[in-house]
Amino acid sequence: MIEFRNISKTFKIGNRKVDAVKNVSLTIQQGEIFGIIGFSGAGKSTLLRLVNLLESPTNGEIEVQGVNIGSLSQKEVRKLRSRIGMIFQNFNLFASRTVAGNVAYPLKLAGVPKKEINERVDELLRFVGLTDKAKDFPEQLSGGQKQRVGIARALATSPDILICDEATSALDPDTTGEILRLLKKVNKELGITILLITHEMHVIQEICDRVAVMENGEVIESDSVFNVFTNPKHLTTQRFIQSVQQDRPSESLLEEWRKKGGKHLYRAIFKGEIASDPVLSRVTRKFGVDVNIVYGSVRELQERLYGNLLVSFEGPEDHISSVLSELAKDVSVEEVNINEG
Amino acid sequence: MKVDWSTFWPRIVEATGETLLMVIMTLILGSILGITIGLLLFVTRTGNILENKFLFHLLNFLINIIRPVPFIIFLVAISPLTRAVVGTTIGTWAAIFPMTIASAFGIARVVENNLVSIDSGVIEAAKAMGASPLRIVFTVLIPEALGPLILGLTFVTVSLIDFSAMAGTVGGGGLGHVAMTYGYQRFDGSVMLVTVIILIILVQVAQWIGNTLSRKIMRR
Repeated sequence: MIEFRNISKTFKIGNRKVDAVKNVSLTIQQGEIFGIIGFSGAGKSTLLRLVNLLESPTNGEIEVQGVNIGSLSQKEVRKLRSRIGMIFQNFNLFASRTVAGNVAYPLKLAGVPKKEINERVDELLRFVGLTDKAKDFPEQLSGGQKQRVGIARALATSPDILICDEATSALDPDTTGEILRLLKKVNKELGITILLITHEMHVIQEICDRVAVMENGEVIESDSVFNVFTNPKHLTTQRFIQSVQQDRPSESLLEEWRKKGGKHLYRAIFKGEIASDPVLSRVTRKFGVDVNIVYGSVRELQERLYGNLLVSFEGPEDHISSVLSELAKDVSVEEVNINEG
Repeated sequence: MKVDWSTFWPRIVEATGETLLMVIMTLILGSILGITIGLLLFVTRTGNILENKFLFHLLNFLINIIRPVPFIIFLVAISPLTRAVVGTTIGTWAAIFPMTIASAFGIARVVENNLVSIDSGVIEAAKAMGASPLRIVFTVLIPEALGPLILGLTFVTVSLIDFSAMAGTVGGGGLGHVAMTYGYQRFDGSVMLVTVIILIILVQVAQWIGNTLSRKIMRR
């Protein structure tokens, strides 16, 4: 468990003071995957580095696994760091060491006997699927393989927590998916708490349980991924969500819709159970109205379905309004303005 | 009077031995001192693992006052110190002392430059794994910079051969001394030619060793 209590961090750059993190309070629960999202410069990277004291807070307290880390000695800080694995955007592997040498490094630091190191390295490389690359040097690997080595190295000392600094931002979409699945496996099979930062909403959507949105050093919104996706409160959050969710057709499509004398468009949002219920079909049939799904998507969020559909209805006006009020009992429905950009 | 080559070869061999002794001893002592200073300079930089403004600026200042002084002047200028430490200002060991001091500051800069080029993310990763600053120096900084470091030391070695010849002209012994006394002062072109050829061979061999070693370490 990680708990930030009223954490602030101010950097002095020359005579200028920069508030990188402002009064942040967050709790990351044991065993969850917690994501912090924000645009660059939002302070998420600094916040992440406070967990293993690569940066120390200007104000506030941080508790990691029940220990207030503000009062630790140098030696205790190093001990703490060996309990927290860290992976990086640019992998930060040692170019002078082989894959096996990289994974062995934290074990050597911990003073593990050589024989045990070899066994543990084999086991870790098997876990990340790189057994055949043990003797290769990092420069011979692809980006995804490098990050696998980074993950194996971070897990070497069996940490309680894994912190990920933009771990997939330097990877292509396919490899990103691969690494995210591996992180999920780390979380599920080893029970390791994961705290990650990213600027990519699909990373949050794919593996996180809960999310915090940061802007200008502050946490502006924090909730379960499902709630944040289905009911984003802050404008920045809405922008992030739009980045992964086509919830509005393009202008040219709308233009065409208008030209064809398009009807009113309604947005229907289905959450959880109701998304697998044929409610739309049932209600329209009841009032003898035809429904036309114009645009939308149904996606899975934390193993729950979330549908976001743009629909139009054809039939007598009063029947349509009956449909709308009947639908509103189960799903949220609102009219979409098709004239505005 | 020209030298009699039938009896002069042993003198050349002896002088080559002196030159090699000067260069190798200086390289060893200068590297120990220079790598230490270079590492200190790097780790005490602002924002680095053992940030210390006072030490950084002191070392930086020392390097900047010693490096620009031409070696032949430096050699003469510190001769009182050489006499105090070595006991004499003549001979091979009296040359090794100023050569060591001068090269150490050159090596320090070479070391610092190579360390600066290490990706700071790698150092951060080691820190995040719980490595102490000393541990980082020996298990991250040195291994990561070793390839270019060896090329840098090779460059220094070549200039040490140059230094040793200069030291030879002011009583330091070695090939420089032979070239000056026989080749220059007695106008014996053959001695000059032989010493120049030997010096060229030494430089070539040093460069070859350096290139081979660094290539092996950098795997390219």
